[in-house]
Amino acid sequence: MQPSSSPAQTPPRANLAGWLYVLPLVLVLVPFFVAPILVVLAASFFATDGFGGLTPGFTLASYVEVLHSALTLKLYLATIKFTVLTWIFTLIIGFFVAYFLVFHVRNQLLAIGLFLLCTVPFWTSNIIRMISWIPLLGKEGLINQALLAMGVIRQPLEVLLFSDLAVVIAYVHQLTIFMIVPIFNSMARIDKKLIEAAIDAGASRFDIMRLIVVPMSKSGIALGTIFVVSIVMGDFFVVKVMSGGGSASVVSAFYEDVGVLQYPTAAASAVLLTLVLVAIVSLILRTVDIRQEITR
Amino acid sequence: MKSDRGDIELAGVCKSFDGATYVVDGVNLKIADGAYCCFIGPSGCGKTTILRMIAGHEDPTAGEIVIGGQNVVGLAPVQRRTAMMFQSYALFPHLTVRENIAFALRVRGMSKADRLRAADAMIEKVRLTQFADRLPAQLSGGQQQRVALARAAITEPRVLLLDEPLSALDEQLRVQMRQELRRMQQELGITFIHVTHTQLEAIALADLVVVMEQGKIKQAGAARDVYAHPHDRYVAEFMGGQNVLSGRVEKVNGASFTLAQAAPDGIEVPLQAHSTVSVGDKVDIAVRRDDVALVRPGKDLPPGCTTSLPSRVRAIEYQGYFVKVMLDTVPDDEFVAYVPEKTFFADPFTVGDVVMATWATGSALPLA
Repeated sequence: MQPSSSPAQTPPRANLAGWLYVLPLVLVLVPFFVAPILVVLAASFFATDGFGGLTPGFTLASYVEVLHSALTLKLYLATIKFTVLTWIFTLIIGFFVAYFLVFHVRNQLLAIGLFLLCTVPFWTSNIIRMISWIPLLGKEGLINQALLAMGVIRQPLEVLLFSDLAVVIAYVHQLTIFMIVPIFNSMARIDKKLIEAAIDAGASRFDIMRLIVVPMSKSGIALGTIFVVSIVMGDFFVVKVMSGGGSASVVSAFYEDVGVLQYPTAAASAVLLTLVLVAIVSLILRTVDIRQEITR
Repeated sequence: MKSDRGDIELAGVCKSFDGATYVVDGVNLKIADGAYCCFIGPSGCGKTTILRMIAGHEDPTAGEIVIGGQNVVGLAPVQRRTAMMFQSYALFPHLTVRENIAFALRVRGMSKADRLRAADAMIEKVRLTQFADRLPAQLSGGQQQRVALARAAITEPRVLLLDEPLSALDEQLRVQMRQELRRMQQELGITFIHVTHTQLEAIALADLVVVMEQGKIKQAGAARDVYAHPHDRYVAEFMGGQNVLSGRVEKVNGASFTLAQAAPDGIEVPLQAHSTVSVGDKVDIAVRRDDVALVRPGKDLPPGCTTSLPSRVRAIEYQGYFVKVMLDTVPDDEFVAYVPEKTFFADPFTVGDVVMATWATGSALPLA
């Protein structure tokens, strides 16, 4: 049961203090988040002359256009494919890395050291990281050369770079840390005595993972999922670079729209994507009560 | 053949975590099947480590742990048929009371219907039926403790190990749960090993009290033996209720010897059988606090008392059925008399009064 707090019960001074605490966040969010969203929302209802000029008004034409386009569905399917694949791999890798760090590294200093190691890829820019894939995955890249040298293949594998596979590899590489951190955080809060109690009851390693660790890491998994899903669905850069222009995503499509001055359709697509994401996130929040889990 | 007996024998059990210092240092002990055994000692004395070694959560560096005639070193807790109740309970926070209790049966592969039925029977035993569907966080400390007990007992272990089971409870509940532990132990008829640092808890519950210090057993015996006949100064002071005095032997005369003290005639102490002391030895003796009588100077000593120590009253604490009178009898050491309430108030002392502390000569106990 949540204790109900009505404003009448809270003294005004405490109320003021509460507002002061959230003020910095409000000062950042309103001009840099709320306002742009409102602008996009407004733009999605405007009419356009097709050359970048907007006519203030209210028309659903852009939405109709976006929703009627066969491309939209294709783009969403493509994006969802990347999202699901990335999610699965980051979840598996992230879960086991966090599990290893929390339950198998006894030395806390070492655990923190290894944890920091996970962040090393982030010491350089995203662009550099993606360029770095070329010498590895490229036609003349290390992997192809090695496979050729070993005689496993006769022709270099084209699928390694500038393909959907490359897109997923880049996403997983980039986003696994967003899984590791929240899962690590919720796992670290599992009392080691619980594991011992489970062993005492006769639980196997697998039982412990299935019945204790996974359910108790739910909030971390949910948070990580939200990070990964929203980043992948909102990205166009990785798709563009790693697929070599061969694949598109929802965002890359309306980025093109912006490029050709189709602002209202771009805005309508953006609003649509936002709604889809909000739906996904609230679905996740519905399955896992993150708030309750975090304050537990 | 698997034995159902829960008698335990520790033989030369040692444990070192760093290879240099021994947390448990050569412990030998026999615990009878179905006994209630309390390990007691200050924190860091190795009592919890012994418990964890019996449970199988820690391996001894040396020595054997024999349960029901079988050396269990290296076996998993399940194979030992022990169950542990953890300090602060370690209940699974995401599982309900029923699921917590059924957990061990679940991982043993019992069918859902069977295990829930068994869990419900156990829930009834610990009187938690109306809380079966709650999460641990929604229970009070005493209820959580009962869940922990039920969770440990459901596998019908032959030994139940309890690590400071009452330390998380407040005073009143502690006394109540203490009785419940004893009741459960008798009902289940299995060996309980209970680790505590509270003397009262140990002597109230245990058939066998084991007093430990720095990895070694100082004394093991029935509660009354340990309390009334401590072996040495450490046990006497740790178990409480005793005044410990030390001094040099002045003369030995047959069945007793005299300890040089501030008292005019020294302290007369009866000699225990088989013990020898010679003049000049430094000896510790214990006198129970409730054996000490206080007499105003000049008055006759009660019969049987040959020793009287002049003292000044330092402080007085009312304790209900007795009054705790603290005296400055021995320099640097506590000397306390527990005077029955009615006796005290018939002729009450005040702080600063001079009194003679005396006791029946036979009740002084020489310590090792």
